[in-house]
Amino acid sequence: MMNSIKIVTILAHRNLWRNHRRTIVMVAAISIGVWAMIFMTALMRGMVNDMIRDGIRSLPGHVQVHDPDFRNDPSVNNLLALNDSEISSAFAKTKITSWASRVKVPAVISSERESRGVTLFGVNPAQEKSLNAIGNDIVEGHGLEGTDDPGVVIGRKMAEKLETRVGKRVVLMSQDPENEIADRGYRVVGLFKAQLAAHEESMVFAGKSTVQAMLRIDDQVSEVAVMGEDYRSVDDIYKKVDSMFGDQAEVLPWQELDSYLGSMLKVMDGFVLVWMIVIFLALSFGLVNTLVMAVFERVREIGLMLALGMRPSSILGQIIVESILLLAIGLLIGNVLALASVVPLRDGIDISAVAEGMEMFGASSMLYPEMEWRDVLMANVVVLTLGFLASLSPAWRASRYDPIEAITKV
Amino acid sequence: MTAVRCVDLCKTYLQGNQEIKALDHVDIEIDTGDFVCLSAPSGGGKTTLLNAIGGLDKPDSGEVWVAGQRIDTLSKGDLAQLRLKQIGFVFQAYNLIPVLSARENVEFVMQVQGVSADTRREQSLAILAEVGLSGLEDQRPAEMSGGQQQRVAVARAIVSRPALVLADEPTANLDSKTSDGLMGLFVELNKHHNTTFVIATHDQRVMGYAKRLVRMLDGRIVDDIQQNAA
Repeated sequence: MMNSIKIVTILAHRNLWRNHRRTIVMVAAISIGVWAMIFMTALMRGMVNDMIRDGIRSLPGHVQVHDPDFRNDPSVNNLLALNDSEISSAFAKTKITSWASRVKVPAVISSERESRGVTLFGVNPAQEKSLNAIGNDIVEGHGLEGTDDPGVVIGRKMAEKLETRVGKRVVLMSQDPENEIADRGYRVVGLFKAQLAAHEESMVFAGKSTVQAMLRIDDQVSEVAVMGEDYRSVDDIYKKVDSMFGDQAEVLPWQELDSYLGSMLKVMDGFVLVWMIVIFLALSFGLVNTLVMAVFERVREIGLMLALGMRPSSILGQIIVESILLLAIGLLIGNVLALASVVPLRDGIDISAVAEGMEMFGASSMLYPEMEWRDVLMANVVVLTLGFLASLSPAWRASRYDPIEAITKV
Repeated sequence: MTAVRCVDLCKTYLQGNQEIKALDHVDIEIDTGDFVCLSAPSGGGKTTLLNAIGGLDKPDSGEVWVAGQRIDTLSKGDLAQLRLKQIGFVFQAYNLIPVLSARENVEFVMQVQGVSADTRREQSLAILAEVGLSGLEDQRPAEMSGGQQQRVAVARAIVSRPALVLADEPTANLDSKTSDGLMGLFVELNKHHNTTFVIATHDQRVMGYAKRLVRMLDGRIVDDIQQNAA
């Protein structure tokens, strides 16, 4: 058995390099195909992951806790009666360290010139920093300094729309639980930037205690956001938080909070597989042609080997091993090329020339390729599996030759 | 003991619209250790008979027995095993594997048989020396002359000491000196190892080495003579 495997491998290897020009062309085609699979997937992954991360930052959090009716009516009437010390002691048992409680209400912001509808966030700046949430990337002025900070941080675009600037006063107006107008004057202390202009135009941050006082809601909050380690695996943290709150609150992972983002991840996984298969199908024509030609040129030898007593299964194995060797060399080069292309681009590719259009999809103007090992593995498995299947037909034909007909073939 | 027995063998080919009877009710029995030459003009049926005995071609009717086993009913896989273990082939065209060296070509059958690397090496070098190819072990077929290639093919056929050697025009591409050397080797193997030889040939000199000369014409055996070998 070992001897047969050895001779089959030797023959496959030597036959592969018999027509070295054809082999080199085919190896080049496979390498470029594999490179395209991995590199393009890394670009797409980078773009989608960036969109998802940014989406999570704007939620923000991997898991959120709300009053059960909050999502239908995100107003001050559907709040959680939880103060930070209660939340902190509950989370201490689960070792959850990155979390933030916040007030989140629809409001109107007015400068002396313009008014805009916004979402007002009453936040604890220290907690938000640990979540790396939107609003912390200050480009002018400074951030909030505490929950009772009397100032407000708005987006750059919002400042432009309101025709205001750091140091000027704005008025924020919303409703209290009695449906009475609740308003307050705030001084703009800082401007933040976000990847998406829409976030800069719609989000306003103020100190949590200040907002609670304005809305007359004591220490109630709209939501508690919890951050895990990886947005892809939030099941554990979701289950822990859910078991802590039971029926008192609605606990949801980010995929359900933003089904568009959640489905994007699934669509991306499916798209990657389809993309790889499409590239391989183009490659497979070359592969099958190469193997058919290789078999056609060696009909007499194959007949001879059969006549000398080699089993048809060994002939089948020889052609398949030849195909696998061809694929393996192409895969090796393709993987190295992909790695060599992605690593130098880790610091990002500036796509600002098309970023205006990309923003519509929630993507930023810098594209960071992300080579995930599961994508590399998938590309390799797809090429090897489909390559194996593509080589079966010529291999089967070769193994079915009649020895005497094959030997006498001119 | 009977090495080969063919009973009422028939084989017909179609050449265009014309039916060619390659074997026409052939009966032949060859004893172990015999040295038989099949002689016939082109198209007389000798190669077809040789292929039928080697399990390379299936007759339309009749029976073929090799070493007491009926082989015309065996599967492709079983026929391959039979050829591997019991029959050595020498074809008219040298039919070597171009990507293997002379030694590797000789070792090929033994390797498929599962013989260990050391034994293979030892036996292949010895047989190559025996056919006068010492020093050419690492040459590939394209680097050798026709005569050298045929000697490699012969070495491959006999290296594993098969009970039966089937040779189709083994000297067709050789000069007279090389032919005599090759036939001498066959005779020696026949004498010392009791190997049965069935050789299809046109060559009168080769026929002179045979113990038994079978003449064929139009797919039929027309003459079967025991003779004193050279």
